[in-house]
Amino acid sequence: MKNISIKLTSDTLSLQECYAFVEDPSCGGIDVFIGTVRNHTAKKTVNQLDFSAYGPMALKEMEKIARHALAKFEAHKIAIHHAEGILKIGDIPVIIAVSAAHRTAAFEACKFAIDRLKETVPIWKKEHFEDGEIWVNAHP
Amino acid sequence: MKVQVLLFGIVADLIGKETLNFAIENNDTVKNLKTALRTKYPQLKNYSTYAVAVNEHYAQEDIVLKENDIIAIIPPVSGG
Repeated sequence: MKNISIKLTSDTLSLQECYAFVEDPSCGGIDVFIGTVRNHTAKKTVNQLDFSAYGPMALKEMEKIARHALAKFEAHKIAIHHAEGILKIGDIPVIIAVSAAHRTAAFEACKFAIDRLKETVPIWKKEHFEDGEIWVNAHP
Repeated sequence: MKVQVLLFGIVADLIGKETLNFAIENNDTVKNLKTALRTKYPQLKNYSTYAVAVNEHYAQEDIVLKENDIIAIIPPVSGG
């Protein structure tokens, strides 16, 4: 779909690519969410995260979220890009960019997309500590 | 009949595999499969908080499985 860019990749994500995709003369604003790898969970020091995905289904679910976000908030274009594999502190696992005629739609669609992604897209992260590793959310 | 079961995250670790070729009965549902998995892999006894996808779509427990369906065990997701 020409208003939606979905990507799941082991390459480094590109903010410029997401921006360039959603940018459009009909839009008055672009909202961007960038997820970054944090160096701690509770009080434990995190060394790195390992993201794995059920690729084909993750792409479908991300596309579903993108379509829903555009329709629900009347946003114009959306990019949802997610990384897989080992990411270090400060690396970027996810970028969501949304353009819309007016800012409220861009903000709301972007928040909707990242919140929904965290609920439904089959991607898992394993936190690696000094003394072991754990699947995040595995025991809710 | 046989179905393919893909395992991810903690469930792949608990079972020690990423794919199973699993035998089920005709007209078995997602719920039947969950029970059969728990019987065959007792390490899942205390682990039932996973969703199931059939052919890359989330499936309710009453969905009936068909030969060659691709089933995925989806533990709580944690992307983003």
